[in-house]
Parts: sequence; structure tokens; C-alpha cells
Amino acid sequence: MSGLSAVYRKELSDNFSSFRFVILFALIAMVSFIISYMAGVSLRENLEGIAKPKFVFLMLFGTKGALFSLVDFIAIFGPLIGLVLGFDAINGERAHGTLVKLVSQPIYRDAVINGKFLAGATTIAVLVISIVLVISGFGLTLVGVVPGVEEILRLAVYVGISIFYISFWLGLSILFSIAFRSVATSFLASVALWIFLSFFVSLGASVLADSIAPVEKKEGAAPETVVANAQIKEGVSLLSPMFLYSNATATIVDPMRKTTRSLILMGPMEQISSSRFQNPLSLGQSLVVVYPHLVALIAISLICFAVSYSMFMMQEIRT
Amino acid sequence: METQVIIQTTGLTKRYGHQAAVDHLDFKVMEGEIFGFLGPNGAGKTTTLLMLLGLSRPTEGTATVWGLDPERKAMEVKKIVGYLPENVGFYGDMNAVQSLRYIADLNRITGREAEDRIHEALKLVGLAENGAKKVSAFSRGMRQRLGIAEVLLKEPKVMFLDEPTLGLDPDGAVRLIELIQSLNQERKITVLLSSHHLQQVQKISHRVGIMIKGRMVAEGSIDALAREKFGVGEEKFTLEEIYMKYFQEV
Repeated sequence: MSGLSAVYRKELSDNFSSFRFVILFALIAMVSFIISYMAGVSLRENLEGIAKPKFVFLMLFGTKGALFSLVDFIAIFGPLIGLVLGFDAINGERAHGTLVKLVSQPIYRDAVINGKFLAGATTIAVLVISIVLVISGFGLTLVGVVPGVEEILRLAVYVGISIFYISFWLGLSILFSIAFRSVATSFLASVALWIFLSFFVSLGASVLADSIAPVEKKEGAAPETVVANAQIKEGVSLLSPMFLYSNATATIVDPMRKTTRSLILMGPMEQISSSRFQNPLSLGQSLVVVYPHLVALIAISLICFAVSYSMFMMQEIRT
Repeated sequence: METQVIIQTTGLTKRYGHQAAVDHLDFKVMEGEIFGFLGPNGAGKTTTLLMLLGLSRPTEGTATVWGLDPERKAMEVKKIVGYLPENVGFYGDMNAVQSLRYIADLNRITGREAEDRIHEALKLVGLAENGAKKVSAFSRGMRQRLGIAEVLLKEPKVMFLDEPTLGLDPDGAVRLIELIQSLNQERKITVLLSSHHLQQVQKISHRVGIMIKGRMVAEGSIDALAREKFGVGEEKFTLEEIYMKYFQEV
């Protein structure tokens, strides 16, 4: 790939030396510390005097402390990292008059966009891995348990999904930086889409579900409507990358979760028997549970990148 | 003396919707010459240059640069052509040497050779002292010089300079024009120069082309154009008068 490595190296060093990255990293590192501290302290209190359950270490990442768990936090604020890294990728170069100069060098045009995307994804990987490592180290001293092989594998999968998820947002913001000429517009557009997909889709899902299959609260509703309501809600929520991600990762870091469905109808006897035989899933089985979510997440990322790629290749280079 | 045709376009056309930015353009640039590419703003000069670089696809017609079709062999063309865009931009947080190093990297010039070429290019354009200075602190004239240094890094056979003197003070413009002339003479670089400083263009151009509304209305040596329009040779008329005459006729 002609020119790809040159663009990649330059963008990577830009990413790490830019001021906005330093701010973002400081913010995220700080919040991660607080979360893991809260989770660690509450874990230590809860576990005092009882036999240690399996997978305590993973609870550091999945336990809600005072506010939310690390998994929730990355789901909600991870996208911001991607957006901040990519919102001015192309139109920033355009605005500075460097884009024409760049593509008039003997490089392929796609080297510019690929290099920028890969550099962003590398930055994201470094960020996520270092945050997880910091929390792990912190947790080791706070909780005092050593992670097992299975836990490390699960963490690795979690890190992989997180990198993919944030890279999706990076790809989306690069797409906006191609589509909009103004840096401010592309930033606002990507933030608006982030808010919409992350918060409004789940709201819209319940509104839609309640209007199509309303569930009366007072008397016991028919099981069919309850199921229909839940299915519609989940179907609509699948549009939201945040929903896909948080469901997938919550299952990965919590081996006790056997399904991503929020609603399971069980009779009292079934409930008793299921709680008596609570055994953790193996990693492979957890992956099977979240497989559809992962495929959907990968699919939307690829579509997003493909659209921006073809758009950039067709676009007139002149401003 | 045998001179080769370096750039040739035949019927080159670029339409945006119904509007033709470049309309059946035919012209030639010979080896080793400075070709003054003149015309009012919006005449289609930049569009033509982009098509010659393979950065914009012609709607109709063909172009060849050094015998290559820029549409199909864009990489080869971009290896031998150095392009200085109008209002060239730089990464403000880099210094001059870093900026040049990135361009060298993009051209796959690395290591010792890159450092040598960067040093040489800076010296040529008179910025040897300013290598460690941030580009954001550069004056307009210095930025244009740095732009030319970036172009020189790849040791081009042809340079496309799009309005390099735009916004420069008279002294800066004269010095830049002199730099271009010396590069043409000492390094045998063919130059396609677009500029509104007609007096300076007249001083250094071997031939000029006047492009108005997407068409080349005149092409040839200034002397020939003067004879065609006024019946008298170059010594009597400035390029400005010739240009205005053509401009009023269209």
C-alpha cells in the first residue's frame, strides 16, 4: 500500500501529541480509577466473611458501584473517544489546504483514509488496553484476587469488542468529516447521532413497543403481549450500537448471564431450579449467546467504513 | 535543437452539471520551458491542473504528461510532477523540517537521503535558517517558499505552480519569480506557472497561454501574441496589454 505507512505514522504521532487526546485520556483514566475504586471497595465489603464466588476479578469490571460499572461507562462515553479522534479527519485537512497537497504526492487516495482510520484504531486500542490494565492492577491490590486463565481470556474478548465498538464511532465521525465541509458541523452531527443512537433509540423502543403491544400494569397481562412487547423493544434497540455493545460485553464479563434477553418468563418451580443450578457459562457458550450482537456490531462498522471509503474516493478533491 | 512535448491536452473537458469548467482545451507545453498559464479567476486553470495530475477525472478528451495518461497512470505522473496548490496549507504544529520529512516519507525517500534532500531544498529556497521554526509562524512568502521546497524534494521533472505569487508583497513576488527562473535554468525543470503578476510572468516565460471561460484563447510566445493582436512585436507591448485585449474580445 503506497503511502499508507507514512500517513499512519504521522497520524499516530499527531493523535498522541494532540492536546485534545491528553484531556480525553486524563478524563477517562480518572473516571476509570474512580469506578474501579468504588467497585473494588463495594466488592470487598460484600465479600467479607463469605466464601469467594467464582470470577471475582471480572466483577471489578461489571459491578455497579455508586453509579455505573466500567462496562456501562465505556458503552456510554467510549463513543466520545472515537468521535474526538475522527471528526476533523478529512475536512480539517481540507480547511487547512493540506488535502490537495497530500493527494498530489505519489500515494493512493485511499491511503489517506485508511491510514487515518488505522491510526485512530491503534490509538483506541492503546487507550482501552491501558485502562483495563490499570484497573486490573488496581483491582489486584484492592480485592486481592488473582485472575484465572478464563477471566483473562474473557477480559481479552472484552477489550477486543470495546476496540471494535469505539472504532465504529471513529469510522462514523470520519464519514461525517467527509460528508460535511465544516469541522464544526461534522462534530455536532456526530455528537447528535451519538445522543440519538445511545439514548433516544431505547426510549423510542419502549414507546413503540407500548403502542403496538400495550401491557396493562394493573391486572396480570396475557403472556403473549408481554413477550410481544419485549420482542419489539429489543428489536428496535438492536439499531443502537450502544445496546449491542453493552449487552454483548455484559454477558462476556459476567459468566452468570445466560441470555441477553431482559425478560424470561419462568414459573416459580423453574425459578427455584434455575437458581439451584447456577453454574457459570464457559467462554465459548457466552460467545454463542452474544454472537448475533457481535455480528451486528461488526456489520454496521464495515458498512460505515465502506460508505466513507467510497464517498471519499468519488469526491472531488477540490474544495 | 529538438524539444519534446511534455504536456499535451486534446479536447480536454470537465463539466459540473451543465456548466463546463474546462471546455475542449488544447495546449502544449515543451520540455524545459516556463509556460505562463494565464487567465481570470474561475477560468478553469486549477481544474485543468487537477486533471493533469489525475486528481480529477475529465468528462471528455485526453491529456498526456510525460507521455503518460494521468487518469490511468496517476501514480507515475505524481512521481514526476510537483504540484504547488493555490493557498497551499501546512500542518501548523510542525516545523519546516518535520513538514518536509513527512512529504519525503510520502514519496518514500528515507534516511540519509531524505535529510540531505531536505537540507538542500531548504537552502535552495532560502529557508536554511528557518528549519526548526514552526510553520504557523511563517510569513506568507516563507510559506510559499516552503511549498516550493516540498515540491523540490521529489526532484520533479515538471512543476505545476498555481498562483504562487498570490498575496505576496512586490519584493516577495519578484524573489519568488527569480527562484522559479533559476530552478528552471539550473535544474532543467519544466514549469507550468499560473499567476496574475503579468509583469513577472512576462520576464521569465518562454511561452504563455491565455485561458478564458474554459478555453485557451491564445497560446504562443509573447512576441507572437503581440504580433497577432497588434501587428507589432513584444518590445512595444506588455503582456498586460495583450492579455487585456484578449480578455475584452471574449
